[in-house]
Amino acid sequence: MEIPYNVAPRPDTGLYNAKLGIWLFLASEVMLFGALFSSLILLRSGAPSWPRGWEELNVPLATINTFVLIFSSVAVVMAWANFRLGQFSKGRIWLGVTLLCAAGFMVIKGFEYAHKFHLHHYPSTSNFFAIYFVMTGLHGLHVLGGVVVFGYFAGPGSKMYFSERQRFINRIEVAGLYWHFVDLVWIFLFPTLYLL
Amino acid sequence: MSSLTLHDVRITGAEGSRNYINDEYGALSWLLTKDHKRIAILYLISITIMFLLGGSFAVIMRVELLTPEGDLLTSDTYNKMFTLHGIVMIFFFLIPVIPAILGNFILPIQLGAKDFAFPKINLLSWYLYIFAAAVGLYVIITGGVDTGWTFYTPFSTQYSNTHVIGVTFAGFIAGFSSILTGLNFIVTIHRMRAPGLTWYRLPLFVWALYATSVVMLLATPVLAITLVMLMFERFTGIGIFNPAIGGDPVLYQHMFWFYSHPAVYIMILPAMGVASEVVAAFTRKKIFGYRFVAFSSLGIAFLGFLVWAHHLFVAGISVYSALIFAFLSFFVAVPSAIKVFNWTATLYKASVSWATPMLYILGFIGLFTIGGVTGLFLAALGLDIHVHDTYFVVAHFHYVMVGGTVMAYLAGIHYWWPKITGRMYNEFWARLAALLVFVGFNLTFFPQFILGYLGMPRRYHAYAPEFQVLNVMSTAGASILAVGYALPLIYLGFSLRFGRKAGVNPWGAVGLEWTTSSPPPKHNFEETPVVTWDAYDYPAMMKAVGETQNV
Ligand SMILES: [Cu+2]
Repeated sequence: MEIPYNVAPRPDTGLYNAKLGIWLFLASEVMLFGALFSSLILLRSGAPSWPRGWEELNVPLATINTFVLIFSSVAVVMAWANFRLGQFSKGRIWLGVTLLCAAGFMVIKGFEYAHKFHLHHYPSTSNFFAIYFVMTGLHGLHVLGGVVVFGYFAGPGSKMYFSERQRFINRIEVAGLYWHFVDLVWIFLFPTLYLL
Repeated sequence: MSSLTLHDVRITGAEGSRNYINDEYGALSWLLTKDHKRIAILYLISITIMFLLGGSFAVIMRVELLTPEGDLLTSDTYNKMFTLHGIVMIFFFLIPVIPAILGNFILPIQLGAKDFAFPKINLLSWYLYIFAAAVGLYVIITGGVDTGWTFYTPFSTQYSNTHVIGVTFAGFIAGFSSILTGLNFIVTIHRMRAPGLTWYRLPLFVWALYATSVVMLLATPVLAITLVMLMFERFTGIGIFNPAIGGDPVLYQHMFWFYSHPAVYIMILPAMGVASEVVAAFTRKKIFGYRFVAFSSLGIAFLGFLVWAHHLFVAGISVYSALIFAFLSFFVAVPSAIKVFNWTATLYKASVSWATPMLYILGFIGLFTIGGVTGLFLAALGLDIHVHDTYFVVAHFHYVMVGGTVMAYLAGIHYWWPKITGRMYNEFWARLAALLVFVGFNLTFFPQFILGYLGMPRRYHAYAPEFQVLNVMSTAGASILAVGYALPLIYLGFSLRFGRKAGVNPWGAVGLEWTTSSPPPKHNFEETPVVTWDAYDYPAMMKAVGETQNV
């Protein structure tokens, strides 16, 4: 059965179905994180005292993580561009770089968490830590989701490049859009939690 | 099969042809299907089971309320009964019922498409629903939950000894089923319309499902994250909603209703779509004010996001914000009223055919209007404080949800049953059931308006003796309603085997679904239709029929 615009984009909008789908999915995700940011604002504005982010959290590590994620977003674009140019192995290497960045982000985040636990700062310690762990934890789960997806495309899923090349490139693009979103969430999380 | 145009009112299809039901056999061909029609059948079966389950809790409550004393159930058990009734009916019946059953089956056919844009995601939605329902059933079997379907904190996070985490997890999963359904619908409506089927030629059911999908997509994630925080709070003792350590229980209520008020429109918008289809088909007229009806769906979806705090008038929000939310809640009634006026205007001077779907829709229009107007009472600050948490509220939302959504669902399932199964049901029994549902419904819930106004609070298993007469009436009505709901199970089931063959277009209705055989072939159409006419072009069809005398 033939589904229209499944692979080729619709001429008037330039979108194929999955690309429209991922934009809608990301709109849904905006509401998910938007609800958390709203909770943070309401809790903070209602609290008699609220710690400054940099007093409780490790700003240098988070800064490094910000750059790691930004670089990984660039790496995804490089992978996509290389696949489009027909350079399969280069594209795959850039996917590997993306995965490496994601893993690096999670390891650094792990150190941060471990240090917090070492200081006996648990989610139940205060509302600041409650919202910190919920927001960064949910973001971390999104990073892990990206690792699974890119791991699949770099590994067993890459066979599709030789059978249905355009579809494979579309998949990288759609996953890349998701990845940029995960990156963008962090770019909002970093100042609101660490710097304000 | 020759090519089809609108004005061929065909009575019979190719006899014994292959269709989506007999195309493949075996359980796996159903459980792994990507055919939207088969997925609709899977939903039909599973949602019906959940409806019977949710209804059985209601029966137990109504029996308990026959007498003023709490004699049948302990108060703890009663708490579980109304909680489970609410959770099962809302998350597992009302939210998915029309989109997932009728929408799944009819939407692609009305678009002239072969399937949804993402058939695999469609199947995934059903599996998520089933997984959520399984978790819900596990909770029910292992002792239930007693927080009310709203899971208000801090009771749900700190004091309740029941399976709050399990049931909120089920709600979380069911939410993803709903998000994916909405996403699939939107992409499909944008991408899969047949050549010539422009936006203003779409049936109003499609517009309604589009608006519903937007709400599903944007409101459900807020519930998801709220439930995650609730589970996390109960599990690890964080204090986001706990006032003892600086948290805010009202924040929970804001977030919960930010989803759950729009969720009301997830339940009622598709019902309004069914009403438009049925009104047009059984009056043989174009829907009066097509564009107003279409855009009022989008208007409801948008305004529905701005009214949530009317559930918090007595929760300690400021008077000024309460005033604003009261005003906005009045405002959201405008697009709903536009629809009711347009249906009424369509009925005006029409020769109405009193077929079963039309009976249900006439009931729907009346009952929804009562439900909507009493909603305005509740949006008024002063009266809301008087009737807050009384049976007035219970009666109001049952008029909207049962009088509205369930009536429209029954209308829709009768209207499209010949298309889905290829068989006609027995008209006499169907009309009788429609009558019983209407009478039983009003007898059940109208007394509850009076009870609430007199001050009977909701959620208690015992009540003051002077309320008994009205409660007995309500229980008597519920018994009639139960018979009314049981009858379709019997005669619709019966029709599968013994029903008359329906043919392509038993109602003489227009719409792409009535141009393909009943049941439709696996890919819906023998050849992709080309649309050159407006929706509900009954005047042109009547003219064509008059000329050729082929009906
Ligand atoms: Cu509401």
